[in-house]
Amino acid sequence: MVQYSRTGFDASFAALSDATRRGVLEQLGRADASITELAEKFHMTLTGMKKHVGVLEQARLVTTEKVGRVRTCKLGLRRLDEEAAWIERYRQLWDARFDELDKVVEDLKRKEKVDGRKNRK
Amino acid sequence: MDARTGSETTPTKNRTTVERKSERELVVTRTFNGPARIVFEAWTRPELFKRWWAPKSMGMSLRSCEMDVRVGGKYRLEFEHDAMAFFGTYVEVTPHLRLVWTNEEGGEGGPVTTVTFEEKGGKTLLVMHELYPSKEALDAAGTGAADAMVETFSQLDELLITLGASVGRS
Repeated sequence: MVQYSRTGFDASFAALSDATRRGVLEQLGRADASITELAEKFHMTLTGMKKHVGVLEQARLVTTEKVGRVRTCKLGLRRLDEEAAWIERYRQLWDARFDELDKVVEDLKRKEKVDGRKNRK
Repeated sequence: MDARTGSETTPTKNRTTVERKSERELVVTRTFNGPARIVFEAWTRPELFKRWWAPKSMGMSLRSCEMDVRVGGKYRLEFEHDAMAFFGTYVEVTPHLRLVWTNEEGGEGGPVTTVTFEEKGGKTLLVMHELYPSKEALDAAGTGAADAMVETFSQLDELLITLGASVGRS
């Protein structure tokens, strides 16, 4: 869990370290927008805006979807990310449980061996 | 999803996988280095179950653990700190092979859990299958479990956005 969160945090911090990207998030918080619209709003080239959106996308703060020739940006975390995150968390819980269960199994195996020896006497 | 991928682990540690098999099903698998009768025992004797089900590494401990492992028998697990309880009824008990129980703490939305123990060459493949009454119930369980983390993230994001916005404006 720690690792998952840390990766998320690092990416979030990196993505949010830039004023334009924070502005884009704020903008997308109000309404979805195309890359072209965002570029216009922030007085940037299309290429420049694409880069910013790419960083936000990697940090899962934004998702994009291309319909026809227009790429629309929306705020993350989207449902899929959330589902992946909780499944991973659930896996980590059971993994931790099963690590402990390994120990119980080892104990019981050892005990069986000892008992087996005793019974043979 | 990518819950199944990831690096292979060392030979001493077996990998736990979780997969959403369908809209209503979640499946957890793990192999144990011991015979099925031993793994089964660890799932059905409260004094053993207690030792692993609330792992200390996750900051958990159980206040009580009652298990009447027979068809129609009840179980009840209570956590130490918040007294959160898990309870239900055993529906099927086939020694060393299969356990089925209900999860009733969540009311009608609770899943039915089936655990099978499959022994092969002295090892046991354990498959835990949780069947929810509906897609919505499984989604809700996931949302509930993920709430804490998503909340942390969104709080952080909100904070950063607020900070960013004020910096951006100045």
